[in-house]
Amino acid sequence: MKDLSLFLGCVIPNRYPGIEKATRLILDRLGLKWSELKEASCCPAPGIFRSFDKVTWLTIASRNIVLAEENNRDLLTVCNGCFSSLLDANNILKNDAALRDKVNLHLKKINKEYKGTIEVRHIIEFLSKEIGAKNLNKLIERPLELRVAVHYGCHLLKPTKERKLGGAECPVFFDELVEATGAVSVPYEGKTSCCGAGGGVRSAMLETSFKMTEYKLDRIKKAGVDCIVEACPFCHLQYDGGQAELAKSGKTYNIPVVHYSQLLGLAFGYTPEEVGLHLNAVRSHEFEDKIARIQKKDTSVK
Amino acid sequence: MKNSEILSCFQCGTCTGSCPSGKYTSLNVRRIVKDSIKKDISDQPDLWMCTTCYNCQERCPRGIKVTDAILSLRAEAVRKGRILPAHRAVCKFLIEVGHAVPIDDIHIAIRERIGLSQPETVSKYPKALNDVKILLESCGFNELVKE
Repeated sequence: MKDLSLFLGCVIPNRYPGIEKATRLILDRLGLKWSELKEASCCPAPGIFRSFDKVTWLTIASRNIVLAEENNRDLLTVCNGCFSSLLDANNILKNDAALRDKVNLHLKKINKEYKGTIEVRHIIEFLSKEIGAKNLNKLIERPLELRVAVHYGCHLLKPTKERKLGGAECPVFFDELVEATGAVSVPYEGKTSCCGAGGGVRSAMLETSFKMTEYKLDRIKKAGVDCIVEACPFCHLQYDGGQAELAKSGKTYNIPVVHYSQLLGLAFGYTPEEVGLHLNAVRSHEFEDKIARIQKKDTSVK
Repeated sequence: MKNSEILSCFQCGTCTGSCPSGKYTSLNVRRIVKDSIKKDISDQPDLWMCTTCYNCQERCPRGIKVTDAILSLRAEAVRKGRILPAHRAVCKFLIEVGHAVPIDDIHIAIRERIGLSQPETVSKYPKALNDVKILLESCGFNELVKE
């Protein structure tokens, strides 16, 4: 396994830097060899740019991949959108010689060349495969006794032929990582359904995208959970920012939204503020107090 | 439409039944597949209501890459200049600052407050940003999304 280049994308550093901070904390705590990928651009976002022009999408993605190739590091993404663009682009460029040549003609203008020497990873599949839920669980001193609605997000799982992480109807690997922190993953209707943000729908049709978000939030609320845990800042934005928007028209959910990096950070004993939960649009003091109580609890068996 | 794969569609409607957007919008994936075989559907606003969740593609009993087909249809529409204003704005962000979601003063301040410096992205490295601009120009993207 190569060392890792952390690819943060746009939404994490520019809208939810708390997720960035939490990610840095947990990667260090896990003792992984990583550094942030310097000079990265937008992945570019699959919804709009992949829809608009395949070669442009591939070329901008390839530049980010080449930056990691130059350091001989695998790319670690923390966002389903970045994972989708960079993994799919990497697969296409590795396997399609004609497209690779085309992209390399563009890259030549900035003195770069795509070689196909690294892999693109997502933090959830990385932790699941390289560390494993059982080993992760051994690192947790104070189990997070929380009821959690896990949201995988579409592009972590699909297209399944490209992702190679098993089926998309009843996946378990993310739930296992959540339960490794001591939390319980609560089943709910529509669990693998979309948050509503992708494909350029959020940017062009906000109200429409919220219909899909409401579908999810209604069912998550019914399941009775302490928080939503996701693995993508765009889903995070849709659930967190979406709740703030929906509250304006009288629909109040008040469900805290937590990226897995933040959840694992809490399980490692970092405070809600240290993992950036206070930067969410929807803040629940009840939830933060509950975390504080759990973290103070003495679970030693001496 | 050049995509011959979709000719094997037998109009079962699994795609439409699996579509999270179609529950609330006029998006009817089965009809898009059917219509795209016969005519140019670049003007249909429904094309842009797909969240690209891939449910239709995963569940298609004929193994048709339905979501990928929608992406191709969108690209065809874009080449004809059918671009939603909001999407054009996002393209402009990429062209100008190399990010679809640019950093702003509010978030620079938040980053400082939680002990994070400026992101190590193209926003910090002018030469790297220029490389992105060269690539976009070289691909003809600026021309493609020009008003």
